[in-house]
Amino acid sequence: MTQDEGPEKRGAAGEPVEPHDGERRADRDPADPENLQSRDDDQPAPALTTSSRMQDALRSMMSSSVLITVGAVVLALAVGSVLILAGDTDVQATLGYFFQRPGDFFGEAWRAISESYIALFQGAIYDSEATTPERRIRPLTETLTIAAPLIFAGLGIGLTFRVGLFNIGGQSQLVLGAVLGAWVGFALNLPPFVHVALVVLAAALGGAIAGAIPGVLKARFGAHEVISTIMLNNTSRYFLLWLLGTGAFISATPQVSPGLAETARLPLLLGGSFRLHLGFVLALLTAVALWWLVERSVLGFQMRAVGANPEAAGTAGMSVRKILVVSMALSGALCGLAGAMQVAGTEGKLTSSVYGTIGFDAITVALLGRSRPFGTVLAGILFGALAAGGRIMASRAGTEAELVTVLQAVIVLLIAAPPLVRSVFRLPEPGTSRRRVKEATA
Amino acid sequence: MSAVQVDSHVEVAAPPPPGFVRSLVGYGVIALVAVVLALTAPSGISKIQLTAGSEFFQIPQLDLPAALAVGVPAIGAAVIATVALVTQLRSRSSAPRWMAILAGTLLLLGFLAHLVAGKSGVLPLTGLLTSTLFLATPLIFGALGGVVCERVGIVNIAIEGQLLAGAFAGVVVASIAGQNPYVGLITAPIAGVGVGALLAWFSIRYRVDQVITGVVLNVLVLGLTTFFFKGLLSELEGLNDRSRLPVLPIPLLSEIPVIGPVLFRQTLLVYLLYVIVILLHIYLFRSRWGLRVRSVGEHPKAADTVGIDVNRTRWRNTLLGSGIAGLGGAFFTIGQGLAFGIDITAGSGFIALAALILGRWTPLGAVAAALFFGFANALSQSLRSYGVSLDSNIPLMIPYIVTLFAVAGFGGKVRPPAAEGTPYVK
Amino acid sequence: MKLELRGITKKFGDFVANDAIDMVVQPGEIHAILGENGAGKSTLMNVLYGLYEPDGGEVVIDDVPVQFSGPGDAMAAGIGMVHQHFMLVPVFTVAENIILGQEQTGFGGLLDLQAARRLVRETSESLGFTIDPDAKIEDLSVGAQQRVEIVKALSRQAEVLILDEPTAVLTPQETDELIEIMGRLKQAGTSIIFITHKLREVRAVADAITIIRLGKVVGDADPSATETELASLMVGRSVSLGVDRAPAQPTDVALAVTGLTVRDSKGIEVVKDVTLEVRRGEIVALAGVQGNGQTELTEAILGVGPTTRGTIELDGRDISRLGVRDRLDTGLGFVPEDRTTSGVVADLSITENLVLDLVGARPYSAYGALDMGFLRTNAEQRVEEFDVRTTSIDRAVGTLSGGNQQKVVLARELSRELSLLVASQPTRGLDVGSIEFVHKRIVAERDRGAGVLIVSTELDEVLALADRIAVMCGGRLVGVVDGGEDRDVLGLMMAGVPADEARAQAAEHHTVLGVADIDVDPAAAVEPVPHPGQDQEGTP
Repeated sequence: MTQDEGPEKRGAAGEPVEPHDGERRADRDPADPENLQSRDDDQPAPALTTSSRMQDALRSMMSSSVLITVGAVVLALAVGSVLILAGDTDVQATLGYFFQRPGDFFGEAWRAISESYIALFQGAIYDSEATTPERRIRPLTETLTIAAPLIFAGLGIGLTFRVGLFNIGGQSQLVLGAVLGAWVGFALNLPPFVHVALVVLAAALGGAIAGAIPGVLKARFGAHEVISTIMLNNTSRYFLLWLLGTGAFISATPQVSPGLAETARLPLLLGGSFRLHLGFVLALLTAVALWWLVERSVLGFQMRAVGANPEAAGTAGMSVRKILVVSMALSGALCGLAGAMQVAGTEGKLTSSVYGTIGFDAITVALLGRSRPFGTVLAGILFGALAAGGRIMASRAGTEAELVTVLQAVIVLLIAAPPLVRSVFRLPEPGTSRRRVKEATA
Repeated sequence: MSAVQVDSHVEVAAPPPPGFVRSLVGYGVIALVAVVLALTAPSGISKIQLTAGSEFFQIPQLDLPAALAVGVPAIGAAVIATVALVTQLRSRSSAPRWMAILAGTLLLLGFLAHLVAGKSGVLPLTGLLTSTLFLATPLIFGALGGVVCERVGIVNIAIEGQLLAGAFAGVVVASIAGQNPYVGLITAPIAGVGVGALLAWFSIRYRVDQVITGVVLNVLVLGLTTFFFKGLLSELEGLNDRSRLPVLPIPLLSEIPVIGPVLFRQTLLVYLLYVIVILLHIYLFRSRWGLRVRSVGEHPKAADTVGIDVNRTRWRNTLLGSGIAGLGGAFFTIGQGLAFGIDITAGSGFIALAALILGRWTPLGAVAAALFFGFANALSQSLRSYGVSLDSNIPLMIPYIVTLFAVAGFGGKVRPPAAEGTPYVK
Repeated sequence: MKLELRGITKKFGDFVANDAIDMVVQPGEIHAILGENGAGKSTLMNVLYGLYEPDGGEVVIDDVPVQFSGPGDAMAAGIGMVHQHFMLVPVFTVAENIILGQEQTGFGGLLDLQAARRLVRETSESLGFTIDPDAKIEDLSVGAQQRVEIVKALSRQAEVLILDEPTAVLTPQETDELIEIMGRLKQAGTSIIFITHKLREVRAVADAITIIRLGKVVGDADPSATETELASLMVGRSVSLGVDRAPAQPTDVALAVTGLTVRDSKGIEVVKDVTLEVRRGEIVALAGVQGNGQTELTEAILGVGPTTRGTIELDGRDISRLGVRDRLDTGLGFVPEDRTTSGVVADLSITENLVLDLVGARPYSAYGALDMGFLRTNAEQRVEEFDVRTTSIDRAVGTLSGGNQQKVVLARELSRELSLLVASQPTRGLDVGSIEFVHKRIVAERDRGAGVLIVSTELDEVLALADRIAVMCGGRLVGVVDGGEDRDVLGLMMAGVPADEARAQAAEHHTVLGVADIDVDPAAAVEPVPHPGQDQEGTP
């Protein structure tokens, strides 16, 4: 379903709906769990609520084909190339005598672009220039390390997309999760394993509380979750700053909490020379568990039903309000776990910048992953790779790491607008024959 | 989201007159807080400075016993609020608005006097108000930009990106033009318009969800500006030089005690702000343009049936609003004489968003809310100098928490333009 | 101004909403377009008003063909329209709404509100009413809003005024006022196209009547025709949907509704003091024109929607304080009126939709985990049993045809042991085969021993299924009659005439169709009162 079809097919009450593309759907392997939920391309979207618009948008994003994703990445790399050129003074120098020796420009341009993207790859996956085998694979482990919190938070945001909500509050939930997790980590004295398990649970709890607030405000008072989560994000920023200057959180270093106990740290997976910790494995396990929850449990069933059609879910006796609150709390818990990755994983302490840009990156991860657990894992790893590679790209090719932020944003924007990608690559418009109608009734 | 009604046996009562109960509660709260302030006034002296030192005539620093400095305004506020309350109950109609403003102002004065009572520090009233306006300036620009967009039904989460783009373009072009800040005043809104064009393009042409578009645009602008800041701006000379809009005191007006220095010793950017506020307020509610704009945001189909081109109106307003926000971005760099820095706007766009919601999508409301946020910020910055030992981060949380309560409907339902966020399809 | 529609055709995909419609509106005439919901009246008017582009045919004004690219063109040509859903900005004042799009400005481009207020006053006074130009639309009653719409159209020099179902939302008093206003307009030379399905009003005001059914003009009628004659033309004779069913054998009371009053979100009573009983083993049909409180009544029984007063008992147990879930568990089955919005979740698969309201309990799930194997077995069985035509049970329900969607809903609701089945418009939009199937299942459920409450605006369906018929009008229960009641009597009752009086009236003058009904010869579809010279589209 394309964007411009979405709103037209709402409210087609009683209109005959032809089984137009059933064959294509039936071709998909129903045993593949990813396919089980990706059937939602072309429904007459029932639009009774304000959030169904968002659902339309999200749905269309989820359903746009792999082709669109590839096209979006290619276009983003093209945009990135332009930026590389724009940011490279050597290339610009060749422009000064472009008409005398255009070859210089193209040579320089090719050098700048290929250098940057090769460095990006080396920094993200496999460093062919490194001297030791250890160093050669380090980039990949860095990618996975950075991916862990992105996956957790992305799973959280994606979950709310499935329920027709938009949780922009990843940051606040991450902060509260990190705060509770860190406190358990440095203030309590517990045996190994138990301690770190408790840190993780506390972080989940903290996130769940921060997530439940906008959930309750929405279910009970109708406050739009986009606004309330944005407000909570900013509140959490100052809350964290205040907290780090208060009571138990004060340490010798300003704006940094006491370090977490060794027992409270997530164990490293590949020994002391790599940062990769157990968190990445937990993220993968969580993705599997979340898949089960959404696809195989009663609660998940209700969430999907509420997300796709709250009216029908209510008519079928589900408590829409309860599902909203539970979903937001669960989403918050996942974002809180992303906080645990920071404090108990890479950082070992609570800092005023613990959240980084994870809260917003998670939104792009969830969008790119089309809100599906396994898609989110892949998207998280991709963005982890971009982040890890960006650092190396900055040091080796002199191209600023923020290029990857731009790539990230462009990819997501393009994926949200499939007709744009299609028109650039002259891909066929799917479903032009499937346009259905609404107001056919008098 | 249509929630399922479970509690069925409730009789529907006739709705109370809009805003009536709310203002009753408001006056009640003002009176109550005022009484508490007056009763808890500590012993000691409150030192208040009214003039900045350069006006025509000077008012000496007031060293008043705290009981007096707190008590007089607080009791004044309590009396006015009570009178308003009674008037309102008697006449069953709203009390005049000046009563609310006066009671609120007095309460604020009492609160400030209470804050410095018995402390060593002096309360510089003029200074506090000046930094309030200073800190509120970009918020007002952002909120007004948001009002213009949202009034046609386009959700503008990208205010932050527009401010940032404006800050960047303002200083870079001013710098290239030989540190001429006035050139930056022209390019900053253009940069904002650029961000707005993307917002409009994706949300109107491709009907991408406006919230998603806005969120991603913020990331995009942050990425782009940081990319160029770390790259070109630091490698090449003369791209990110500081230049500052000069202060242009307005003769006579700037000499008025208290409000003169606050309002009339400002840069061109702030004077432009006054003009924009006034024009927007008048034109949004009194002009053909405003009527059409609001109809598009409230009921686009109705607008269409009387021959108004809904999507064209949306395009134009999104660009205009983004331009205003972009102009506001100039404040961060050439407005205060700073070079560009990473994420120099630091979330101001989101406070601006909060201000526009709290201001109920009206220009004056947005200004009031932004000033309130600016005041909270100014106060937090100067608390320590008054000798108050409150963590400066706590007042900074206030704007967001207040907005949170506001969107949850405490103190009256906040109603956005009805068609907000909905793409228009015939 | 003489307005002519020639062969207007409008298609939505494969669906033909208007099929070669011809119509002439003479200057100064009140021309009624009569037709059931879904007959294509509003589509036709949206074409005329420039909101839709026709696929064929043309609009001719004073013998000159015109092309409208938007409502602005239509307005400029002198056509005004009062939409069924008002096109007024709720937060604007009356004056602001009137001048929107035709603003007069004064100094500095500011609105000349004085002129606007004058315009409102003058236009409304010429129509014999007053309206406060500074009142906000959202504070006005529906009737007043409609008058604002009329003023708005006239202030734009409309010579033809389209009123789309203008009385659907009005109280009787407001309707009277509207009719008065229409009279004044006519005197002033304005033509009115009056779209409605209410017979009484047509007879009261119309100079000419065009009747539309299924997108086609089926005939013209004279205002002197009786209501029953008009009704038969409008409803037409569809294929006989005879359902084989034995006489009902009612047993215990399944549903007892006592003194039920429902208010909508605006506090207006939409169901007024309804008392109704449905016994196990019988089908009670709730007949009435759309929007007379039937929907709200069924929603109150389920427990969704607006607030209520009165009691609802199921099997003798008061359920009126229970939540939806608990009511379903008590043995209530519910087939909602609008299956796309409330019946199915289009994105979920057939398998999932078949257990939408069952999933929380065994055997569908255990310990919070879905039993996927059982769900699939269940789906396969149901699909087979209810003849859902699909290639796979994993298909999203939204890809099925309406009939198959409805079968899914029905299959789900009949999965449980029911005391009462409530089905609203169970066959709306379905093909004949599906209708037959649904009817059979409903009768089977009755024979199994459940009570059945059907809401239908289709008289044919009511007559085919009902053991008893309860007729609603204006939120009230007009009366309950036996299943075999005379069609004419039911038509009159739907207009609010009590049963006895309706029988007396119907006995005096039967329509051609009413007589045909008595003679029991459904094949003899007669085309009544054709207007000479008018195209006759055959009835199906």
